[in-house]
Amino acid sequence: MQETLDRIPEIREEFYKNVNVLGSGNDFNKNLEHAMRVADYLDFAPLMAEDALHREESCGGHFREEHQTEDHEAKRDDENFSYVAAWEYKGKNAKHELHKEELTFENVELSTRSYK
Amino acid sequence: MSGNMTINLKIWRQTGDKGAFETIKVPNVSPDMSFLEMLDEANELLMKQNTEPFAFDHDCREGICGMCSLVINGVPHGPDYAITTCQLHMRSFKDGDIIVVEPWRASAFPIIKDCVVDRTAFDRIIAAGGFISVNTGSAQDANNIPVPKVDADKSFDAAACIGCGACVAACKNASAMLFVAAKVSHLALLPQGKVERTKRVLNMVEQMDKEGFGNCTNLYECEAACPKEISVDNIARMNREYLGANIMHDEVIRTAKL
Repeated sequence: MQETLDRIPEIREEFYKNVNVLGSGNDFNKNLEHAMRVADYLDFAPLMAEDALHREESCGGHFREEHQTEDHEAKRDDENFSYVAAWEYKGKNAKHELHKEELTFENVELSTRSYK
Repeated sequence: MSGNMTINLKIWRQTGDKGAFETIKVPNVSPDMSFLEMLDEANELLMKQNTEPFAFDHDCREGICGMCSLVINGVPHGPDYAITTCQLHMRSFKDGDIIVVEPWRASAFPIIKDCVVDRTAFDRIIAAGGFISVNTGSAQDANNIPVPKVDADKSFDAAACIGCGACVAACKNASAMLFVAAKVSHLALLPQGKVERTKRVLNMVEQMDKEGFGNCTNLYECEAACPKEISVDNIARMNREYLGANIMHDEVIRTAKL
């Protein structure tokens, strides 16, 4: 994942330099729309990688190989990661700032679902 | 996916008010490709030559959303019966065929670009009356309202309309009767829709006329082109609804806003 994070600025540079969008900006242009979607993906990609790197547990769709139970199910770390990670944009290529929204459960006890 | 068919495409290109046909030769077409996949290949060729690719509408590519809208060799949605453009496959054509691709032609559907047309006229017709007004909140048990099975079936068939506009494109008069009739029928057949049936048909037909669609002269090309096989019986039903609404004695119901 660190590799991914390192590669993304390169890919982004190359995209902005070399993208070839046919058609004009003054007119119905699907190619422009698609190019702008890719630009958005490239803006979002470093955030996804950063978030995945920082969350040292496996939870739901987020799976880290080094955090799994003996039968290969997701292993959560509720003590350290029981929060929603809200990231603040700090500028292009800058690291995002983390704001933790703590998840506290008063009436229900946190447990693990069994898929067996 | 590639194959060994070569297709000669004649596609309608338009930017602004004037348009013209353009010819592209598309090689390596497989009979298993869908028509839109073949158009994607044609666009790849254009892009490699640094030419602006051809614009056409599509969304689900599954036959259910109503976006894809191409007149292929003069028939809306192409030669195969009861399918949309995205479900037409290249096995319906032969190696070396010339295929003419055009947009839906109707003055109520102005062309935006190449084969993309503006179908918001349909949205305005639906907004004029293609709905029922209910207080939402907790829904009541649907089984509390008995509906004759025959009516429910006819309503379901009419409700299958996906709003693609092939009926308009197929009609020599560019009439939208089948589309409006499908919605009017769908709702007029059900108890929930009967409440506003008078005002609904009057409003929707008025909007349809305002948009500039043509009148129906019973050619039935619409039913033949419809990807959901909507029946022209719905047009007959709507004509009865319209007549009934016009002679409706209750001034309040006839002239009230929906």
